[in-house]
Amino acid sequence: MSDHIPASDPDSPVITEESLKHNRGFVQRLTTSVNWRTGILIPLLSVITALAIGLVIIVLSGSSFSEALEAYGALLQGSVGSIKAISETLTAATPLILVGLSVAIAFRAGLFNIGAEGQMAIGGMCAVFAGFTFVGLPLLVHLPLAILAGIIGGAIWGFIPGILKAKTGAHEVIVTIMLNYIAILFVGYLLKTSLFQREGRTDPVSKNIEGSSALPQLLDWINPSMRIHAGLIIALLAAAFIHWLLFRTTVGFEFRAVGANPAAARYAGMSVARVYVMVMVIAGALAGLAGGGQVLGVLERVTPGFTAGIGFDGIAVALLGRSNPAGVVAAAVLFGGLRAGGQQMQVSTDVGIDLISVIQALIIIFVAAPTLISSIYRLKAPAASMQISKGWAS
Amino acid sequence: MDLELRGIRKEFPGVLANDDVSLVARSGKVLALIGENGAGKSTLMNVLSGLYRPDAGEILLDGVPQNFHDPGAAIAAGIGMVHQHFMLVQIFSVADNVVLGVEPTTVGGVMDRKRARAEVREISQRYGLAVDPDAIIEELPVGIQQRVEIIKILLRGAKVIVFDEPTAVLTPQEVEEFFGIVAELKSNGAAIIFITHKLKEALAIADDITVLRSGKVVGHADPATATPEELASLMVGRDIDLSVDKAPAKPGATVLELSEVTVTDDYGRKLLDSVSMTVAGGEIVGIAGIQGNGQTELVQAITGLLPVETGKVLFQGRDVTKLNPRKLHQAGIAHVPEDRNHMGMVGSFSLSENLILDSYYSDQFSKGLQLNRGAIQESALALVQAYDVRPPNIDNTGDALSGGNAQKMIVAREFSRDVPLVICAQPTRGIDVGSIEYIHEQIVLKRDEGKAILIVSTELDEIFSLADRILVMFDGEIVAERLTSETTPTEIGLFMAGNRS
Repeated sequence: MSDHIPASDPDSPVITEESLKHNRGFVQRLTTSVNWRTGILIPLLSVITALAIGLVIIVLSGSSFSEALEAYGALLQGSVGSIKAISETLTAATPLILVGLSVAIAFRAGLFNIGAEGQMAIGGMCAVFAGFTFVGLPLLVHLPLAILAGIIGGAIWGFIPGILKAKTGAHEVIVTIMLNYIAILFVGYLLKTSLFQREGRTDPVSKNIEGSSALPQLLDWINPSMRIHAGLIIALLAAAFIHWLLFRTTVGFEFRAVGANPAAARYAGMSVARVYVMVMVIAGALAGLAGGGQVLGVLERVTPGFTAGIGFDGIAVALLGRSNPAGVVAAAVLFGGLRAGGQQMQVSTDVGIDLISVIQALIIIFVAAPTLISSIYRLKAPAASMQISKGWAS
Repeated sequence: MDLELRGIRKEFPGVLANDDVSLVARSGKVLALIGENGAGKSTLMNVLSGLYRPDAGEILLDGVPQNFHDPGAAIAAGIGMVHQHFMLVQIFSVADNVVLGVEPTTVGGVMDRKRARAEVREISQRYGLAVDPDAIIEELPVGIQQRVEIIKILLRGAKVIVFDEPTAVLTPQEVEEFFGIVAELKSNGAAIIFITHKLKEALAIADDITVLRSGKVVGHADPATATPEELASLMVGRDIDLSVDKAPAKPGATVLELSEVTVTDDYGRKLLDSVSMTVAGGEIVGIAGIQGNGQTELVQAITGLLPVETGKVLFQGRDVTKLNPRKLHQAGIAHVPEDRNHMGMVGSFSLSENLILDSYYSDQFSKGLQLNRGAIQESALALVQAYDVRPPNIDNTGDALSGGNAQKMIVAREFSRDVPLVICAQPTRGIDVGSIEYIHEQIVLKRDEGKAILIVSTELDEIFSLADRILVMFDGEIVAERLTSETTPTEIGLFMAGNRS
């Protein structure tokens, strides 16, 4: 008899106990209950340490110490030194919040969404298509439509790895990485087709969106160069929504249970397969919204590489924010500040913006290796003693 | 070689795991170390094996103070541990496993398998272990795997041998053989430390018994004169009644019926082979058997976690063979799973979340999508009170509970549902005597309410003290059925080892 595992049964144990166990350790470590230490102290010390090492790197690459300090001054100036700087910081933070949430919610359910970049690209393409296709619609209709298009595009791109994981056990990391390539190259291809390419252009660039689908600027009444737009509000609402979903609803309860202990979730009657699909659709939708927001709020059109690695930065944001919506917002603002300040630093000193990528990478290394930070700062190691007292506590 | 621990103290943040612990294990003698989970046995052994450094105190071998920086130093000094969970590479041969890490080599670093085999054969003969050096580990029964572990430490020159719960996975017959091996090791001059919570075994094999409680040595006992009740009282610090008080069962209507249920794995091996059985209201049916003979699969097949290939599962006369876990839960089956950490709870969830793990979607705990946090907390508070979960802080995570309290929490969740069938797999595995007593009471209480109870346990004592009727599983089949009043542990033990009725 081979019919005991019908392929259509969403509860079919294609996801074996073994494969479930596989992901757990690392993901769990990243998402277990946030406390003062893992949630605030370690990330904070990680940032400080990374900045300190950044300083050393500047000096080692031939600048004097005072020049290095000057560069950091410019970094600070460019990120929070003026309203314009803050506007730039928040503009950069907006998509980071959304892709950070995308990766974070997947983490919570025990999945690695490495595909935010691709989901963002597809979301952006759908949004730009809705943005330039419909002409003459009022803003109140056109804008939501274009945003929705972005969400749906991303959701579809997230659904693919979700359903493949649920039905065949295909590892979401592999699938999402591959889908990134497909999405990015697909965007490049579409931009050369008459459907998307701007009339009279030979380079791959899309038509401009209609003004009725553009996200309203928030501070252009102060200065037209303030790029901060309504996407920020949407991103913050999304963070609040994800927080509610994760911690206040039955759906979030299932997500977290599956992420922390899929065997227990299955025992408790949850459909692990269904959770995998649902969470990837939501993760994709969030990244798609990020892509749509960039197109409708900043870029107004699509060019190859418009996602600019933001989707990948989302992984870093989620890690630094401990997969907690509030933490993700904070981490996204920090990374946004580094981006915005980095531009300023590059313009006014000799230090290139690539240093920012180095600092970001260092932050993540430290966050991912909390014992490293603990030993640098001589914090009492909690990890080992916690385990010991677990076997012990009466 | 004599081992002495003198005034060992080990403190972790918030817990004093070992407090001035002293004990002596003499060459040619067996010292049994008993204590509840959390009494500090594991910590003490980790100190002894060089995993932890004690905060105070000394380890002396033949009167010479030792300073173990790491496990390697302890092994070199002649201390060998046989862990409860074997540290063997399943797909390697016995000889390869034995020499792993200390491989004999010929010129150029090539592994000398011939010598490895010869060494294994030599040790095996000297101690009468009868282990084939070329056998593959995964094909060996557990009892033989344990002997491989013993050969491993003997090869490394162990003079002090620590056994951590060595009989937990053995059949009664294998336990007898194991005792024979221990006697052989004794006569060869080894000092043996036998960690256990099975009081009868400690009494049977030890020359001396040391009892640990809350990190302290609370007493010594002479196995010649001590009784299990005395030891249990020493372990928990109060009087313990090890027998379960219950009236004869009054079986009612059949609640659960399996007819010729067969389950196979991916390779076509039969995990359950045409299993038929019934459980009636008001009786406790106990499934006895060595671990790994299909008990896990039986429970999973009934609760919908494992698809039934052929055969039928009837619940209150209704065919529920194809239902998923959620539907079966709703139909009225409560299930205390065998592995509480892996399946019974989510370690990072709070007590209140764990207590709604399988009913979070019900009208009681949620309205639409939104969880009803007030109702969840209220119910959790009532349950931790009613089922004596300690500490009764519903915001603590499941991880923070001791084994016994985690199990009480799971029992609270499952038993608080007023359903006709309760399945308990290994209800008291690895938990303290006090919690065992409590959970046993609850199980009998459920039976007396007229519920059907199915117990799976590898502890024969537990089966005998709880069950009204005993089924024995061997190799995926039910090989015997007896009324508890009409059988003996010896008879059941023979069935567990594969004899047919």
